[in-house]
Amino acid sequence: MAARVEACTPCHGDKGQGTNDVYFPRLAGKPAGYLYNQLLAFRNGRRKYPPMNYLLEFLSDPYLQDIANYFASQHPPLPPQAATEVSQQVLQHGEALVTRGDAARAITACASCHGPALTGMEPGIPGLLGLRPNYVSAQLGAWRYGTRTAKAPDCMQIVAGHLTEADVTALAAWLATRPAPENAAPAPKGAYALPFPCGSEPN
Amino acid sequence: MAGSSWALLLLLAVLAKPVQAQDNDTIARGEYLARAGDCVACHTAPEGPLFAGSRAMPTPFGTIYSTNITPDRETGIGKWSADDFYRTMHNGRFPDGGLIYPAMPFASYTKVTRADCDAIFAYLKSIPPVSQRNRPNDLRFPYNNRQLLLGWRTLFFTEGEYKNDATKSAEWNRGAYLVEGLGHCGMCHSPINALGGTSESEAFRGGLIPMQNWYAPALTSNREAGLGDWSMKDIADLLKTGISMRGAVYGPMAEVVHNSLQYLTDEDIRAMGVYLKGIAEHSPTPPPVSPLPSAESSLLVSLGKTVYDARCANCHGARGEGKPPHWPPLAGNQSIEMESAVNPIRMVLNGGYPPSTAGNPKPYGMPPFAGLLSDNEVAAVVTYIRTSWGNRGTAVSARDANQLRSASLD
Repeated sequence: MAARVEACTPCHGDKGQGTNDVYFPRLAGKPAGYLYNQLLAFRNGRRKYPPMNYLLEFLSDPYLQDIANYFASQHPPLPPQAATEVSQQVLQHGEALVTRGDAARAITACASCHGPALTGMEPGIPGLLGLRPNYVSAQLGAWRYGTRTAKAPDCMQIVAGHLTEADVTALAAWLATRPAPENAAPAPKGAYALPFPCGSEPN
Repeated sequence: MAGSSWALLLLLAVLAKPVQAQDNDTIARGEYLARAGDCVACHTAPEGPLFAGSRAMPTPFGTIYSTNITPDRETGIGKWSADDFYRTMHNGRFPDGGLIYPAMPFASYTKVTRADCDAIFAYLKSIPPVSQRNRPNDLRFPYNNRQLLLGWRTLFFTEGEYKNDATKSAEWNRGAYLVEGLGHCGMCHSPINALGGTSESEAFRGGLIPMQNWYAPALTSNREAGLGDWSMKDIADLLKTGISMRGAVYGPMAEVVHNSLQYLTDEDIRAMGVYLKGIAEHSPTPPPVSPLPSAESSLLVSLGKTVYDARCANCHGARGEGKPPHWPPLAGNQSIEMESAVNPIRMVLNGGYPPSTAGNPKPYGMPPFAGLLSDNEVAAVVTYIRTSWGNRGTAVSARDANQLRSASLD
């Protein structure tokens, strides 16, 4: 399988650990169901990024599942935390949004779906650790502008719609300061209840 | 009375069965022919219902949306007769006489026999109807005036079913019928002029595909995609599985293999191979003429070798021998050497996967190097592979490489 996915490695790293390019995400260890959903979305044009759309266009569902399983089963170490450029106050705002949300503005805490340890949940919810702030920020923007969509109900589109630019900067920065947890594996399916229905994580 | 009714019913049942079986045969044949015609590529939108249309097709004249060809009575072709369908395929006119834009390859489909058109129609009538209105085209003035098509038709359209060439074998003729007719290979492999037409004398002589910016090589020249010196096995492997010992398909041709050619019978693929070998000419090899001064070329070649050894040799071999069929050879590979360097440059920039097919369900992919190599390095490595190991291609410039960075990937 490693030879078959060599086309992925210049951008995502040979084990899916990510590369120096801050916009290309780590794939390793994310739930296979999440990775498969993304591969389908790129192939079918629901998630728009022309280089990915082009590469996957004529690959079959079972093959995309194999590719997803391969990267889900890779466990290179999480990258060391990068020094942050934002102020302590911004980080505190980010921490509040990720861990507690903001009920007054109908913003649900990231942790309520992505897990108390932010390592995600099988089969469809990705962990948020090991991602660079630029990537997280670009994805939240893509949801707001409709270039990234997921199966309905597309809960991330709703959540992203409530966030301001400042919120995005703060939460992305705080996430990047988190140390690697003891156990980076996603929580098993059904480990906790979601606050609202999610097309990517059917009950 | 009751007895005679039963007898009548029995008789009807006996009569009905072969008719039903015959219908099913026709529908199955129609489905096969619809695959040979690759109808699905345009008439099904991504994630949309089968044959319900509304797929956007960018053209140099604006965007055309494909039509609903499911048997829905209001929005599809449910009210059409077999005559209507034949006229559309054969003459490029809607049942009301309206002219069809030649994005629909009726200049090729005109060669399809009445019996084959009827079978495709029977198949389309058998699929689930989908109620989905056609999207209006978004064409610029003056191309939004369909009457202009009369002029286009005078210049570029010759109506007529395929006529067997009595001097050739049945297999050759079957191949010609498929390549020139349903296969509509000429839509990409013939040079297209500014009016979106191709002339018959230029058939299969290769050309840049508008909007997509891939070069569809000439099928008539062994210096391009001519199959004159290919074995029948390599041809069949390439067309049915997407990979072969001589090379693999990427880009628009991957689409054709994925949606159409992989489903054809071995006999039909062989017939296409016989015909394609027949039209390929051993064109005299002109001395390579490089657009770059030779000092610049040799600098590129030496940088190119450095890049090649570091990035490419692991899969494609130190001498470009590849590890076919999954890692194509670059030495002696027509698509690397041919005059247009568009495809090799694009492959280096964007990489690519051959399609998943029954014969090759898990293809190996070429990585994209757009983010790892500068324009100069791309030009150097493409120049190196085009001019090394006996390859007789020409040097390419950093400007050539740069221009293709912005080529559409859709």
